[in-house]
Amino acid sequence: MLSAVGTLTTMGLVLGGLLGTAARYLAVEENPIEAELQSLLPGSQCGQCGYVGCAQAAAALARGEALVTLCPPGGKAIAEALAAKLGIKVDLSAVADDGPRLAVVAEEICTGCCRCSKVCSTDAIVGAAKQIHNVIREACTGCGACIERCPTEAMSLVPLPVTLQHWIWPMPANV
Amino acid sequence: MGYFERIFKEPRWGVHPDDHKRPAADAALRLLPPPARVYMPLSQHVGGAARPIVLVGQQVHKGQLLAEAQGNISAPIHAPVSGKVSSIGEVTAPHASGLGFGAIVIDSDFADRWIDTDPVADPFSLSPEEITRRTAAAGVVGLGGATFPSALKFSLGKRLAVGTLIVNGGECEPYLSSDDRIMRDSADQVVDGVRIVMHAIGARVALVGIEDNKPEAIAAMRKAAAAYPEVRIRPVPSRYPMGSDKQLIQALTGKEVPADARAAEVGVLVHNVSTCAAVHQAVRLGRPLVERIVTVNGGAVARPGNIFVPLGTQVDELLAFCGLNEAPSRLILGGPMMGTLLAHGRVPLVKGVSGIIAFDAREAAVPRAGPCVRCGSCTKACPMGLLPLEMAAHIRSGDLAGAVDFSLTDCIACGCCAYVCPSHIPLVQYFSHAKGELAARERTRLRSEAAKRLAEARLIRLERESREKAEAAARRQAERKAAKALAAASASQAQAVVT
Ligand code: SF4
Ligand code: SF4
Ligand code: SF4
Ligand code: SF4
Repeated sequence: MLSAVGTLTTMGLVLGGLLGTAARYLAVEENPIEAELQSLLPGSQCGQCGYVGCAQAAAALARGEALVTLCPPGGKAIAEALAAKLGIKVDLSAVADDGPRLAVVAEEICTGCCRCSKVCSTDAIVGAAKQIHNVIREACTGCGACIERCPTEAMSLVPLPVTLQHWIWPMPANV
Repeated sequence: MGYFERIFKEPRWGVHPDDHKRPAADAALRLLPPPARVYMPLSQHVGGAARPIVLVGQQVHKGQLLAEAQGNISAPIHAPVSGKVSSIGEVTAPHASGLGFGAIVIDSDFADRWIDTDPVADPFSLSPEEITRRTAAAGVVGLGGATFPSALKFSLGKRLAVGTLIVNGGECEPYLSSDDRIMRDSADQVVDGVRIVMHAIGARVALVGIEDNKPEAIAAMRKAAAAYPEVRIRPVPSRYPMGSDKQLIQALTGKEVPADARAAEVGVLVHNVSTCAAVHQAVRLGRPLVERIVTVNGGAVARPGNIFVPLGTQVDELLAFCGLNEAPSRLILGGPMMGTLLAHGRVPLVKGVSGIIAFDAREAAVPRAGPCVRCGSCTKACPMGLLPLEMAAHIRSGDLAGAVDFSLTDCIACGCCAYVCPSHIPLVQYFSHAKGELAARERTRLRSEAAKRLAEARLIRLERESREKAEAAARRQAERKAAKALAAASASQAQAVVT
């Protein structure tokens, strides 16, 4: 018993020390602007920009290799924020932004193959094998990654419904 | 008030629109017969929508609980007529967007049978907590238009040891006179309600502010409060927006509420006169809030006046009761300064509606907006001391952050600036748009933060799953090895036995 405790403790200490030193020596240089850019991105790691995740996209932005309009789910608002952070001016009229969207499952054609739930980066799709799947509204970012995966085309993106709580007064017509 | 006093006593902020309150205010209160069908929305208050507890087809009595409060900030809904629940679904909301919201529809049996109420002979023997509980259960919300659940305000006032209750009888919006009517007709109920609220929050004095354009209401309230020195009736100058909390507090106590603070933090709490009457009904008579006085006024109305109406009645039905000279050119729920523009009258009346205004073509004419001439009138009129022209200019150019720097968030949407603007610029609409846009951005930010957390949680889950899989595989391998070894050992043993 005692020897077991001793072994585990020493192992813990040695491994902990190793990890600590490794972290110091192998640390990745993080660009401060990169961190700030990353905090502006949606962070859902959907990969639609062509990078593996939001961190890589932020790095590319910081290096000036990517356009501020790279994030499809982010729309105009994020493009604007990124441009402001980088201090550049962009023409946003080309950015397609039809408002926030949401994935829905057509229950009558879902076969319960579970392919969609595997790709969702926010675990917004629930359902067991051979059971109808469903999307949790609050968790879906509308990234669209699941749409292509569905073999029966049961998934589609719909605009987020406008409710009383979400409605905003339109801007007055220009004078 | 003499001319001299006017110059010195009148506040500098605000505007003085023609009040159009009479003759509607002087007409005797009329009763609307129970309508054949009422639409009782689940969301008539600030906070979460109530949750239905009745079933379609169920018989209900007047005052019966239909939907219970849900969440920390919410209020229950009760049946405004007796009859049968005919459906539960969506109806058009009394809202400028014309969108729908949930409601319980009741077909009236015209009997107006009340539930068995639980009256209290002496509310002052009850504990403040009990009064708060009864007020909450009766679904009483701020009837001046804010519709914040009153019981929550009581608890807040008690917690912050508020010493002064301010009772808002200002009713500064033109055309409206429902508060005026309740003070003239039921001053005793109002004063009783005021004293019950004082007991609930532990306040020592109540200051009832009434605009000096309502002499009859002031006289009636003075008479009703004569026996209670702690309830003081205070006439205040008629000036729009005197009925706004901050302005009334300042006029009555001289205290200024800081921009980012609540009234309770300067030691006062504001309740509307109609709310106090509803508290009287709820606590002393045990009757939930299911009816209210609504002013029907405007050039298109044949017999303007104040009507006692079951909640959930359709606007059109009430207008038909008062008669129309012509089809209304503009329909407004509430007052003309801050009210809600309606696309049509097939919407239900809710707790916070103090009036319906049906303008005829002449009143509804809106002059074309012109460019800003930088006259500065809007700045002078703004009761919050803001610079409406600067804010609107920033919003027009899409610079919301710039508008916020000019304290957009302090704007109470009172409409004084747009009222005085000689160029008829729809200033308030700019501010409403910007506030909505800011709220939407905040929601998006919260959503993306939540998405980030979910994505991180998923990565942790994936890692854990792969680790567990590897561990399980290792375990199985070890087991297989052990089994093999065991089999080999027993085989050799068997061999030994044989030989
Ligand atoms: S449900 Fe589909 S669209 Fe929504 S976040 Fe998941 S993968 Fe993206
Ligand atoms: S991928 Fe399509 S069929 Fe498969 S579970 Fe998802 S929705 Fe159902
Ligand atoms: S800026 Fe806001 S608070 Fe000031 S007058 Fe205009 S609407 Fe009222
Ligand atoms: S009142 Fe109208 S015209 Fe005058 S400064 Fe304000 S916005 Fe401009």
